[in-house]
Formats: sequence, structure tokens, C-alpha cells
Amino acid sequence: MSLNRALVGSSYDGGSEFDVSRQKLREFAASLGEQSPVFHELDVARAAGHPDLPAAPTFAAVLSLVFGSGPRRDPELGIDYSRIVHGEQRIVSRRAIYAGDVLVGRTSIEEIRTAGRNELLRLRCIILTVDGEEVCRVDSTLVSRGTAPEQSA
Amino acid sequence: MSLATGTPLPALSFEVTRAQLVRYAGASLDFNPIHWSDAAAAAAGLPDVIVHGMLSMGLVARVVTAWAGPAARIVDFRVRFATPVPVPAVGFVRLHAAGTILRQLEDGVVEIELVLRLGETDVLKNALAVVRLADVHS
Repeated sequence: MSLNRALVGSSYDGGSEFDVSRQKLREFAASLGEQSPVFHELDVARAAGHPDLPAAPTFAAVLSLVFGSGPRRDPELGIDYSRIVHGEQRIVSRRAIYAGDVLVGRTSIEEIRTAGRNELLRLRCIILTVDGEEVCRVDSTLVSRGTAPEQSA
Repeated sequence: MSLATGTPLPALSFEVTRAQLVRYAGASLDFNPIHWSDAAAAAAGLPDVIVHGMLSMGLVARVVTAWAGPAARIVDFRVRFATPVPVPAVGFVRLHAAGTILRQLEDGVVEIELVLRLGETDVLKNALAVVRLADVHS
């Protein structure tokens, strides 16, 4: 079944706030094998000028998954996860994510288009502090294999 | 540190194991079973469980973080996932990562082209990182 293109432009609240802890950032960095001390040691981070431990570069995409369950699980959109592969990812950041941040996210369906027999679904998650400061923008393109609508003759 | 176009960044190689996929799944909260269940991978037509796309992006980012130092930040980071990376039940799969400075955009801001390879195959395409070298000032 094809994705529901009537939902392009829809926007979804991300739900609960995410409290970014030092321990979560260390756990995430360690899962990448990222051993640069700035991602683990507070004194190194502060000596480099950071207010607290910074997140490794792709942590924003973790948050986009946490905040993006609205569209990702919207039965009206019709995602069949057995057909989904991750096509593209882009993270544009205004500032680093730091331990101590309390963040929220809002996800919108930016685009659904046909590419051969597949459909490309582009979601955009804007991540902000609870005070409304935009921290970063995460664009995820999902490929829905074989769900392109039939072309009418 | 040379910021001239064409300057290579030090290359890295990674031995990715099933254990790392499980660890990454937990840390990233991405529990899609094609990254840890043989049955789910087989049902999706894959020869083995595969590396999370976002893990491959996180690994290639280490080329930048190792080179750019603790005060740097990637301000714009994009990739296209070109080839899935199967991970065997025993042992590891080896990936090679490298980067090259494409151009200097402004003072202290460079665009870097990254590659991540499985043998001769590109795992990522159009992998670009814009890096601000001194994002914070002590």
C-alpha cells in the first residue's frame, strides 16, 4: 500500500521532554567506540570551552527517533516497516547538544515522492530546548520499497 | 593543521561485531530487529543482520572528531546510505573510513568529504560534513 500523501505538511508533537544526561552521552559515545576524551571527561570538555559534556555528532538522530514516533507510528500514514530502509540522513546543528539540556522535538512530514517503484518519505524533526531555542534540525529520508502508486494509463 | 583543499584526514578502520550492534541498539534506542535478529534479517531478504545506518554515520564521524579536536563541531552533516553492511555471527566486519578537505567555506570552517568502505564498496555516498573548528572559546 502506498503512503498517504495527504499527510504531507502534517506536524506531530514529540511527546515528553528528553533530559540529556552525562551518562547517556557517554553511553552513546562508547557505543560508537568514540573515545575522544571530550565526549567522556567533564574537565576535558570544560577546558575546551564547553559548558558541559557535548554529545557525539549523531546523537541528534537518536532524539529524532525518540521525538518522531508520531508520524512513524501514525496508522494513517501507512508505513510498512518490513519495506522501510534508511535512505538519507542530514543533521544541521545550531549548537552542540550538552548534558543538562532538556529538549523537545516536533516532526513534520516534508515530502513523499515516487522514485521508480519506491517511495521516498522525508521527515524533519526540529529539536528545541524547553525555552524554545532551536538546537538542531534532523532530516531523515526513508525508502519505502515497492509501494509507489500504480501509474494510471 | 593544513586546511588546504585535498588535504587528507587520518584514516580509521573499524571491526564491527554483533556485540557492537547490540550495544548501539541500546544506546541509540533503535531496536529494529534487522540489526540483531537472524530471523528478522532473513525475513527482510538480508544475508545477515546489518549495521544500523546511523551507526555507520556515527563511525565515519569519528574521522572528523579525531582530527578536529575537542572544540570543533559538525554544523551540517549529511550522508546517503548506499550499501547495507552484513555482520557475521562470529568475528567481525571491517570497515575503512577516510576524509578529505573539499574546501574552506570561511575562516575556521571547512567542508569535508567522507568515505566509508566495505572492501571496495562504498557504504555511504555523498557523505559531507561542514566543520567549525573552534566552536567554543575557553
